[in-house]
Amino acid sequence: MSEAVYFEDLDVGAEIPTLVKHPTTRQLVKWAGASGDYNEMHYDKDFAQKHGLPGVIVHGYLTFSFLGIMMTNWIGEKGILKKISCSYRGMHVPGEDIACKGRVTSKYVKNGENYVECDIWAENTKGDKTTPGKATVTLPSRAVVEPGKREGVKGDFGRRLA
Amino acid sequence: MAEASAITEEMKKLMDIEVGPKVYEVEKGMIKKFAEAIEDANPLWQEEKHANKSSYGSIVAPPTFLACFRLQELSDLVVTVKSPLTRILNGGTELEFFQPIRVGDIISVTGKVVDIQERENKSGKMVVTVLELICKNRDEEVARVRNTVVRY
Repeated sequence: MSEAVYFEDLDVGAEIPTLVKHPTTRQLVKWAGASGDYNEMHYDKDFAQKHGLPGVIVHGYLTFSFLGIMMTNWIGEKGILKKISCSYRGMHVPGEDIACKGRVTSKYVKNGENYVECDIWAENTKGDKTTPGKATVTLPSRAVVEPGKREGVKGDFGRRLA
Repeated sequence: MAEASAITEEMKKLMDIEVGPKVYEVEKGMIKKFAEAIEDANPLWQEEKHANKSSYGSIVAPPTFLACFRLQELSDLVVTVKSPLTRILNGGTELEFFQPIRVGDIISVTGKVVDIQERENKSGKMVVTVLELICKNRDEEVARVRNTVVRY
């Protein structure tokens, strides 16, 4: 896990550290079991080929999960992921790297929270953006930590403000 | 004569249906299995000692754990509805978080179709359907999920 990232330290355009994943057919089976998505396209080669695919393909939601890992690694335990989304535009096949990347697109303060919005995406080995999306996080500020006081309140993470 | 809409009457009727609640009890093993499946070593998801001392105060689930709260009945309705457009793609996913998911949460999921739009691109007509799932822990909304299904 990276060091905590603070709101003040980020500028628009700042890059999120890249996360590279290498899904295997074994991981696709693990995903199927853990998520409950038993679509045969992801583990039955004959089935996938009968449906016009070169072979089994990576679950879009697994690629999306890699984007989630990139975000939670980056924001650390004091950052809060408020929203994350993606579109499935291209496929990944097991055995090939997936590179997850992102960039800060805006930052602002709302209801006393420090918001950062990002463009995020996954790339295949050719550099095509297969899975573009967006994420919204809130980050700690360097300014608000009072001496002797704990940062944050237990159980208050992500609570929606009225 | 105006060209017929690609959105059939059967599709429009989907807007009136609410599915659920389907109830999921969050167990420690489920979160561990999920974190292992996505190969996410973050100690907040799996290491009790670490998580208990964190500002979260306990193990929490990684964000895309929401994938586990499936509402197959709703997806089946959208996928099997009568339509001249027979090819289907998973268009995208959007997750919005209000509270972390913790071990012991009892999550009830209700879902409905919130949007059906017709679009056209160079390869022809498409119908984009958005399904929304609301996840509540007991009575508190903890997350909202939107899945997009594209017919073309």
